[in-house]
Amino acid sequence: MMSVMKGRVLVVDDDTALAEMLGIVLRGEGFEPSFVADGDKALAAFRETKPDLVLLDLMLPGRDGIEVCRLIRAESGVPIVMLTAKSDTVDVVVGLESGADDYIVKPFKPKELVARIRARLRRSEEPAPEQLAIGDLVIDVAGHSVKRDGQSIALTPLEFDLLVALARKPWQVFTREVLLEQVWGYRHAADTRLVNVHVQRLRSKVEKDPERPEIVVTVRGVGYKAGPS
Amino acid sequence: MSRDSAASAPGEPGNRQGRPVSPSGRTSRFGRLIDGGLVLQDGVQGSPVLRLFTRWVRRPLLPVMRLWRRNIQLRVVAATLVMSLGVVLLLGFVVIGQVRNGLLDAKEKAAQIQATGGFKVAQENTANSQGAGGGGAANGDLGKRNAGLWRSEMVTQLSSGGQSAFHVVALAAGSDAGPGRAPRASGYVVGLKSVPNELRKQVDRGDGAYQSFSRIVYTESGPDPVAGLVIGKRMTDINNDPYQLYYLFPLTQEEKSLSLVKGTLATAGLFVVVLLGAIAWLVVRQVVTPVRMAAGIAERLSAGRLQERMKVTGEDDIARLGEAFNKMAQNLQLKIQQLEDLSRMQRRFVSDVSHELRTPLTTVRMAADVIHEARVDFDPVTARSAELLADQLDRFESLLADLLEISRFDAGAAALEAEPTDLRDVVRRVVGGAEPLAEAKGGRIRMVGDEQPVVAEADARRVERVLRNLVVNAVEHGDGKDVIVRLGAAGGAVAVAVRDYGVGLKPGEATRVFNRFWRADPARARTTGGTGLGLSIALEDARLHGGWLQAWGEPGGGSQFRLTLPRTADEALRGSPIPLEPEDSRRNRGLHEAGLAGGAQGKQATVPAQPVTERGRVAVPPTPSSLRVTSPSADPTALPGSGARVVPRQVGSPEGPRGGSAIGGPASERAGEPATEAVTGPSAEPATEVATEPAAEAAAESTAITVTEPAAEAATEPTAIAATEPTAEAAAEPASAPAPTTTPALTTTPAPTTSRQPQVEAQPGAQAAPAPAEEESTRGR
Repeated sequence: MMSVMKGRVLVVDDDTALAEMLGIVLRGEGFEPSFVADGDKALAAFRETKPDLVLLDLMLPGRDGIEVCRLIRAESGVPIVMLTAKSDTVDVVVGLESGADDYIVKPFKPKELVARIRARLRRSEEPAPEQLAIGDLVIDVAGHSVKRDGQSIALTPLEFDLLVALARKPWQVFTREVLLEQVWGYRHAADTRLVNVHVQRLRSKVEKDPERPEIVVTVRGVGYKAGPS
Repeated sequence: MSRDSAASAPGEPGNRQGRPVSPSGRTSRFGRLIDGGLVLQDGVQGSPVLRLFTRWVRRPLLPVMRLWRRNIQLRVVAATLVMSLGVVLLLGFVVIGQVRNGLLDAKEKAAQIQATGGFKVAQENTANSQGAGGGGAANGDLGKRNAGLWRSEMVTQLSSGGQSAFHVVALAAGSDAGPGRAPRASGYVVGLKSVPNELRKQVDRGDGAYQSFSRIVYTESGPDPVAGLVIGKRMTDINNDPYQLYYLFPLTQEEKSLSLVKGTLATAGLFVVVLLGAIAWLVVRQVVTPVRMAAGIAERLSAGRLQERMKVTGEDDIARLGEAFNKMAQNLQLKIQQLEDLSRMQRRFVSDVSHELRTPLTTVRMAADVIHEARVDFDPVTARSAELLADQLDRFESLLADLLEISRFDAGAAALEAEPTDLRDVVRRVVGGAEPLAEAKGGRIRMVGDEQPVVAEADARRVERVLRNLVVNAVEHGDGKDVIVRLGAAGGAVAVAVRDYGVGLKPGEATRVFNRFWRADPARARTTGGTGLGLSIALEDARLHGGWLQAWGEPGGGSQFRLTLPRTADEALRGSPIPLEPEDSRRNRGLHEAGLAGGAQGKQATVPAQPVTERGRVAVPPTPSSLRVTSPSADPTALPGSGARVVPRQVGSPEGPRGGSAIGGPASERAGEPATEAVTGPSAEPATEVATEPAAEAAAESTAITVTEPAAEAATEPTAIAATEPTAEAAAEPASAPAPTTTPALTTTPAPTTSRQPQVEAQPGAQAAPAPAEEESTRGR
């Protein structure tokens, strides 16, 4: 378990002081950080280092963080945590929609950052072989795959976790706060926009018609639940 | 019985209950008769039926009336029609009158000539016959018969002159109609009916010829009766007996001419009226169409479509209106554009500053944390420095965050993400988060009123921030005593009140707590932490919801902060389910102990005069200096009475034009209330929650401030607008009119246009706000 947590972290940040400080903190927590300061070089660095997690600043020279996030997400489901100085809804939502799993607003405390990183890396390491059904989807929890009519659907780990959390208790309506705790690992209620954005992204992948969702159903005023299988 | 029957006849109109008899118009006798009539109808009450009927009559007319009120074109056309009809009628009458007079004059002259000739002929005829008859007078009987015959002959002879132009009638003189003296008449004329009695008497009395207009009646075989001119004279027949000879001139021809003129005039008049109406319609349309267009475009402009313009053609006044309108729209658009640009720039700036500040701050923060973690290895001085560094960085961070939040509000960049939220969940989260702090202080946080769901359309994140702020403040200033969080829902509003029993607020402080960087006690402020922006942000958050955030407090008696939110986001607040002044306030407790017995007569108590003078006294030394002056002209405890006294209250807040504190609402409350509620304080029943509030706000030792949405700045009276004036004066002004009846005057003046969504920036803010106060105060009655 510990071995998984001590992962490689790619820090994409143009502020050298912050990058260095991040390096100090991450190393202190046992991670292996690597750095890249330019958005244009970020993808190459990502391919080279194959990190377990990416810390991505939104404002970068060259390609901006959103673009980088999109590119990385296009070829990998690796967890991406955005560093952002803006907590405005629009900025956060744009970042999340471009594929980031989580975000952390500057200035943050080192412990907070580490907790977020750990939460993203703490995957259900040894999942019991388990088959779940939600709607017309078949989920193989251990194999980390989702199939519809034998056709597999590519999900990021976070989206997969979200789907599994809903599918495990199809009778339960999950509030956004509960989902934040179960999927993101937040103890205290954080920003529920995280949930909204990721549900949208999940729907765009698993629903036949994202406008009329059947797999992840909205319960107005409460939250979400799994559709009938 | 005869009386009864006589009564029932004029009473009949009363039986027709529907007839809108105005009560003032009917005499007492008539009224009694009507009542009598109604009694006959099983005692049906007149007035409700009448009302029902008038309503029934008016209902179908309502759309017409609305059209009438709203359509100037219709009104102008109708007025033109009515007036031109009047003119045409007048003209017609005058013309017809003149024509008739002319015709009759001519006829009269001709008739007189004809008649005079006729009379002369008759006279000669008489003379001749008398000469021929000799002393026929001796033989009376024969003479009489002869006279009758002679008269018939003469009538026939006289009338032979003009077949239809005139008729001749001979009547016996006086009223005696003996044998042989029956009327003779030519041309089927019924002599006795055709000649008016008046004329006969005149002719009897006088010697000359008399004339009169009459109706010539014919026998059944003759034509229909016609109007005619009758000229008569007393004559003597062959026996020297007097008889009356009449010439009757039918006015058939004249009537024909007259009716022709009438017909022509009526046709012409009708044409004129219709044409005038049509002309008026066309002319008004020319003016009204552009006005309507302008109105429509103005509406669209105000709805936000700033590029709308009027079409301008020509150079007349309408075109000038259009040009001026367009210029105005252009300027508006420009200004709005500028403001938007400014707002965008500020937002951009804030965003940039935010980023530029935050990145280095993050590095510092992390470095400080690393150093802080390692402080056990340092010498004491360095270790303490590390602690200070970390602590102050926390403060710096929250200050920065608050500043950015405030500037986001100022830039108008804050957006509400409202969805139905159960405030109980939010409150529980907040209470749960604040409990450790409360325990550290030695108190507890209790929730009241959380049995029922308290759901409102709200932005949970913002509401939680507001409540966290209030609860943490309450705990920090609560002297370790319990803090009560009360929830309530009623009408279209939900409210959360946070009550503490700490040091409370001094008079005048209740407004200032919402000022930026205001601190209750400058001496100790810096140690308690907090940025000084928390309540300002909370206020902005409340405003963003269209809600209120208000404070109440009494020195040493604790304070209560109340957040009121509308149940649906676009609804205007009219009142709050929780009174601002808690029931366990010192004043309310005092009322319960001392006032309940006297409460009954409290309403009639003659106390009012006293506070009025007091208030007048307070008003005398106006200290129009700075905002901070609270004009505490009298120590509250030193004043007599039940404690009804002016609360020095700040009008306005130094937040500039947008800072909307203190306000029309309370101003009108106190304006209307004091003379009754507040003064006779003991009678304010705490049972009606809201009702107590106005009274509460006027309480002596407490300070109550209403801080509401920006629109609230509206002042019900001019003095309240001036932010720099001490409120006492504003409050005193209405009170100087001693009659409690000032209430309607003051409370009805505001809000001539109650705009539904206050357009925060542009609006003068005269609207809407007084409404809640009014509602509350009226409900209190």
